[in-house]
Amino acid sequence: MLSRRNLLAAAAVAALATGPAAAQQPVEIQFWHAMAGALNDWVDELAKGYNDSQKKYKIVAVNKGNYTEVMTGAIAAYRAGRAPHIIQVFEVGTATMMAAKGAVKPVYEVMEQAGIGWDPKVYLPAVAGYYTTTDGRMLSMPLNSSSPIFYYNKDAFKKAGLPDVAPKTWSEVRDAAKKLQASGVPCGISTAWPSWVLIENFGAMHNLPMATKENGFGGLDTVFQFNSPAHVTHMERIAEMQKTKEFDYGGRRGDSQVKFTNAECGMYIASSAGLSSILKTAKFDVGFGMMPYWPDLTKGPNGGPQNSILGGATLWVLGGKTPDEYKGVAEFFAHISKPDVQAASHQRTGYLPITLAAYELTQKQGFYEKNPGFEIANKQMTLNPPTPNSKGIRFGNLVQIRDMIEEEMEGVFAGKKAAKAALDSAVQRGNALLRQFERDNK
Amino acid sequence: MRVRVGYNNKVLPYILVAPQILITLVFFIWPASQAIYQAVQRQDPFGLRTRFVGLDNFAAILEDPGYLNSLSVTAIFSLSVAALALGLALLLAVSADRVIRGATTYKTLLIWPYAVAPAIAGVLWMFLFNPTIGSISFVLKALGYNWNHLLDGNQAMILVVLAATWKQISYNFIFFLAGLQAIPKSLIEAAAIDGAGRTRRFWTIILPLLSPTAFFLLVVNIVYAFFDTFGIIHAVTSGGPARATEILVYKVYYDAFEALDLGGSAAQSVILMAIVISLTVVQFRYVERRVHY
Repeated sequence: MLSRRNLLAAAAVAALATGPAAAQQPVEIQFWHAMAGALNDWVDELAKGYNDSQKKYKIVAVNKGNYTEVMTGAIAAYRAGRAPHIIQVFEVGTATMMAAKGAVKPVYEVMEQAGIGWDPKVYLPAVAGYYTTTDGRMLSMPLNSSSPIFYYNKDAFKKAGLPDVAPKTWSEVRDAAKKLQASGVPCGISTAWPSWVLIENFGAMHNLPMATKENGFGGLDTVFQFNSPAHVTHMERIAEMQKTKEFDYGGRRGDSQVKFTNAECGMYIASSAGLSSILKTAKFDVGFGMMPYWPDLTKGPNGGPQNSILGGATLWVLGGKTPDEYKGVAEFFAHISKPDVQAASHQRTGYLPITLAAYELTQKQGFYEKNPGFEIANKQMTLNPPTPNSKGIRFGNLVQIRDMIEEEMEGVFAGKKAAKAALDSAVQRGNALLRQFERDNK
Repeated sequence: MRVRVGYNNKVLPYILVAPQILITLVFFIWPASQAIYQAVQRQDPFGLRTRFVGLDNFAAILEDPGYLNSLSVTAIFSLSVAALALGLALLLAVSADRVIRGATTYKTLLIWPYAVAPAIAGVLWMFLFNPTIGSISFVLKALGYNWNHLLDGNQAMILVVLAATWKQISYNFIFFLAGLQAIPKSLIEAAAIDGAGRTRRFWTIILPLLSPTAFFLLVVNIVYAFFDTFGIIHAVTSGGPARATEILVYKVYYDAFEALDLGGSAAQSVILMAIVISLTVVQFRYVERRVHY
């Protein structure tokens, strides 16, 4: 009993003495993220770099599972009144976060209030635009943005008598697939993140709208239109390729990666963020290129591709914290945006450089000459000035909508559903979810 | 005259049942009432705006073809799992009951899978049948059969049924074996003397005497297939491809925790609760009549 009283007394003394104690103890800033494996080490080092650079704040970076788990975990924590300061949210969650006014503190506000001379124009327009309101205010801090790129097995290409360049169009991909198969490779091409690659980025690259209202940027009353004749033709052709395994579906998310790294498929479309992991696991030489397009379907300039759109995640700041804590957040954001820090991140992971300075620094260091794959995502995203169809997509309930699109695609590839019926049904069901989001967020 | 057995103290009985009532209140009645309360609301994920919508969530579910699909998937899945798990376990128990030498070893081996966590069991089966790196799918391909449960819904269903059944067989096995050993040998011997063959003895003596065990296991297996198989589905197929293996409890999880549709998910769990309650009532009212204790 006595010892407990002593403890209480000690606690009371400590509480009274916050003045000098606070000066020594750094303010902790909780940062929840979804980076696993090698990418987890990368985030840890980003936090350590910042923590070592000053004494006032301490970033505590914690892996909380995959993207969905981080987001739902943070939402649950917010509802319980114990939210972290910073959370990493994938681009699919952008509309949900944007709609959560009051729960989220916009990044431009955090940066301005901290008073650390911050210029939003240093970020790559293609990246920043995705997370900026129509009146130009940045809501979340870019950290790891990526775009799908094309990978091919150089050894298999050589064996099949193919030239050592990435095919540019889908017809070339098809020819290459046939030759690869003739030389003993079971499958031509596969893709990761099927909806992101075959619907969302297909639309952007071909300058076809996925929905009205600038793909959702212009308001919540957006309506899907990715069942246009061009979309249907695209899906029909891929389904035709599925029959002969010129294309082979390998599951959602990154499930199909092993098909490529195992040399079962000679070509692959996946996120640029998969670069380091693919280079590490593939036992053959990997070649890179831009995503293929259909010349007869594109509405891009001169029959060529328009530009691709991004994926990956940004950092969102949650509401209800003290000004001092927000200052720490702002300084951390400024730290990770520094050209040298950002260039190192880009070269280490395959994610895009998020500032122009980091991109130029990487060029100056001659990094791309030795590592050509790392520049492709960037080039592909900036091929042409973005149109309303190609600057990105922003839909509520996108997690569900994306799963639904992939579900319908699975029906097509399994030969159970016609492409048109599947896309019509995806559009119809997707619109129902858009309307639901609109109602819930009025 | 019958002596009435009871407590003289009026308070004591209440104190004795209090812990059970308290547990039921905290772990069943309270969450269940929360689910009903949430089911008539719509809320954004952060809980910033809440609207009362009456039965809208239920109407939306019943109009959703995905939900009807999930109902039939659940029916097929749980019936297959219960039938397979009960049938195979009974077969194994009858065989193990006959074995004389090394009986303990067989029994131990058969009980093992029960100690494996559902998620781990799921991952195990997923790796065996992975279309690219799985050893079983490799053998199947070598035999000319194209295994790809990422695309073929029927194959995916077969896979989760297998995994879920494999996990449950041990449990059923223990109960069946205990039930078999409780059957008096004299009955079976008498029948044998009367000239009844093995099969006849099984159908007319052993099986009826096992029926209480079988009935208990049927209830447990249906509940198992409805709820405890979540980990397996999550690890093996995540409800795919094209919702071919999306059982009700998986859909509840998905809609709440991935799609962040709390009202819709709560409404589904209310329906799920009603389904399981009525299934149990049916089992106890109608199936139990055929059971001889």
